[in-house]
Amino acid sequence: MSNSTWNLEPSLESVAQVQIKPQYELFIDGKWQAPLSATYFATVNPADEKQLSQIAQANAADVDLAVKAARAAHANVWSQLSGAERGKYLFRIARLMQEKARELAVLETLDGGKPIRESRDIDIPLACNHFFYYAGWADKLQEAFPGQQMEALGVAGQITPWNFPLLMLAWKIAPALACGNTVVLKPAETTSLTALKFAEICQEAGLPAGVVNIVTGFGDTGAALVAHPNVDKIAFTGSTAVGKQIQKACIGTPKKVTLELGGKSANIILEDAPIDQAVEGIINSIFFNQGHVCCAGSRLFVQESIAEQVLAKLKFRLQSIYVGNPLDKNTDIGAINSKKQLETIEKYLAIGLAEGAEMYQPECTLPSQGFYCKPTLFTDVAQSARIAQEEIFGPVLTIQTFRTMEEVVQKANNSPYGLAAGVWTANGARIFGLSNQLQAGVVWANTYNKFDPTSPFGGYKESGFGREGGRHGLSAYLKFSN
Amino acid sequence: MLGNLSTPELSALLALSPSIDQIGTLERIARIQARSIKGAAKIQGLRMALSMIDLTTLEGKDTPAKVRQLCFKAQHLHDQAPDLPTVAAVCVYPTMVGVAKKALGASGIKVASVSTAFPSGQAPFEVKKLDTLYALDHGADEIDMVISRGRFLAGDYQFVYDEIAAIKALCGAARLKVIFETGELDSLDQVRRISDLAIAAGADFIKTSTGKIQPAATFPVVHTMLSAIKDHFDKTGQMIGMKPAGGISSSKLALQHLLMVNEVLGEAWLTNEWYRFGASSLANDLLMQYQKQLTGKYQSAAYFSID
Repeated sequence: MSNSTWNLEPSLESVAQVQIKPQYELFIDGKWQAPLSATYFATVNPADEKQLSQIAQANAADVDLAVKAARAAHANVWSQLSGAERGKYLFRIARLMQEKARELAVLETLDGGKPIRESRDIDIPLACNHFFYYAGWADKLQEAFPGQQMEALGVAGQITPWNFPLLMLAWKIAPALACGNTVVLKPAETTSLTALKFAEICQEAGLPAGVVNIVTGFGDTGAALVAHPNVDKIAFTGSTAVGKQIQKACIGTPKKVTLELGGKSANIILEDAPIDQAVEGIINSIFFNQGHVCCAGSRLFVQESIAEQVLAKLKFRLQSIYVGNPLDKNTDIGAINSKKQLETIEKYLAIGLAEGAEMYQPECTLPSQGFYCKPTLFTDVAQSARIAQEEIFGPVLTIQTFRTMEEVVQKANNSPYGLAAGVWTANGARIFGLSNQLQAGVVWANTYNKFDPTSPFGGYKESGFGREGGRHGLSAYLKFSN
Repeated sequence: MLGNLSTPELSALLALSPSIDQIGTLERIARIQARSIKGAAKIQGLRMALSMIDLTTLEGKDTPAKVRQLCFKAQHLHDQAPDLPTVAAVCVYPTMVGVAKKALGASGIKVASVSTAFPSGQAPFEVKKLDTLYALDHGADEIDMVISRGRFLAGDYQFVYDEIAAIKALCGAARLKVIFETGELDSLDQVRRISDLAIAAGADFIKTSTGKIQPAATFPVVHTMLSAIKDHFDKTGQMIGMKPAGGISSSKLALQHLLMVNEVLGEAWLTNEWYRFGASSLANDLLMQYQKQLTGKYQSAAYFSID
């Protein structure tokens, strides 16, 4: 924090309770199995670039073993259990996750770079809540879809991103298991550790072997899972580019697919908004999780009459944003997830400057080791600028102004994406008027980046299809026969 | 700028008060409360908080002896701990101003007097005027007046504005704190409106509560008032002071309030010229925490004098 002589001292979360093995194998059929590939890769802490562990790299043969284990577990065990019995396992997993919440939070922060405040207060509690929530549905599927005959799909192949590793795992595994499917999950290569810790939790919960399988690796591991003929369902969260590849690979196969992809979401501040709370909403919409959020409000639209005031308040607010060690309880913005992602963000900063936009970053000192990026505002941004069109996936906000509702609706919808949007106004009628016109899967009113297991989440257009969360999230893992 | 706004001008000013979203305010506060204050920063914060206290006694049973004791405590918070700051002011009823003034002598500690028929404000203006003049005549450095809440809630903003402006005109060099009694107001929007009104009428400080009504200095209310001060400063360059009073009885709460001031207004407000805590029991908790920081041991409350 740069505006003060009263500086908070670092207040580091202890890492003593976290057990990280020097090497992790694949979790297949309830056991830790050395990869047939005989290959391992390093996972590093993006906050200091130090290696945390070696992770097995699954090849197509490893993926095949995992799918076979999942298929057998589905046929012999999981499909034979009643919904209430499946629910018991999910409740048990949820409770174990709660018991280990602190360890999971620290692990998430070490492996992914997100501030401990967020992993402790948001990621892990939400992940637990997803298991509790879907545990409750396991024996009530008939009530969820009255009058319909339904059954599980079988084996679900699931690929999760690096921005919310355990939370995205929970979004995928909890509804799949509740509906009676078994899963093979491939976590993102930079953030495998909480998925592997989750495998330990499955063992501790006594989950039958093969119901959950974790295959770690890179894009080719995911591609092998997508291409596997014995997988009934692919659920993917990640980039639109990879989502398109997956969709192509699944054409002509009986696989059900849900994709939760990128975004360039509009956050719209009307002149009658509660301004100070809207400014805080902007902070939450773009700097949450270093901006590594698919639904981040990365395009800010401010009504002209208050634009100057909002920008001044935003710049002042940025002075009390702490950027640095993710383990520090006072850190607001932690480390960028990987060197590669930092390079992508820096590329876009250069593009923004070349496009003639004005860049603002607060004065703050970044740690010398690790991958960090200052929170960044771009003003004088054209609708046609690349920084306003392409997903940056970092703490970078483009700011545009507008005069009329019609104009802002056009500009907000003028994007290949349609994941989320924010509307800020004290006028209730305007909330509904505007949100009905926005092409976005989620529209938040006078808040942003709020998640709850009961609420469905998903996109329009190139932000993907299918819904995760809520009752809607169940139907992605069921087939209906009438 | 004193009392010179006409009714249309005042209406226009209040129409500019932004609406306040309660949920968003709570979210902002939660971020501040999640901060961790340790080590030297904590010691610095505790000392700052001690120096910002308006040590208060506002009881019907107050006696000159009680006030003299309080004035001694104000100058000698805990002599076992070297180099402690003194509190900022002693806050009493008008009848005790003379006693306090004499007891505090040249210590530099201010005498603040409540006024205008504190705590209810239910008296004719002539009485409020005499109340204030009495305190000033006996040497009050600061006047803590209450607003006419009934008139404010009834929408008679001009009345409330004129009353504040008139008391301000009496104050001369004394600084005027305007008490809203936010526990009797209905919403954060009203807290924002009265903040803007009082600042326009000439308040040097805005103050949450009398301490006689609960809830008092809650975080959402204080945040809303700080935001009004910030907006006024951004517009005019003029600083207004803030005094939360009532309900802040622990070090933890006091430090969180200071963090909020620091983040909402900036470090210029982190001095007792611009920020005060109206409190009677806060001082000892700050002292206990301070001794804990210095010695590593919690000491019994019996080691700290109550008055």
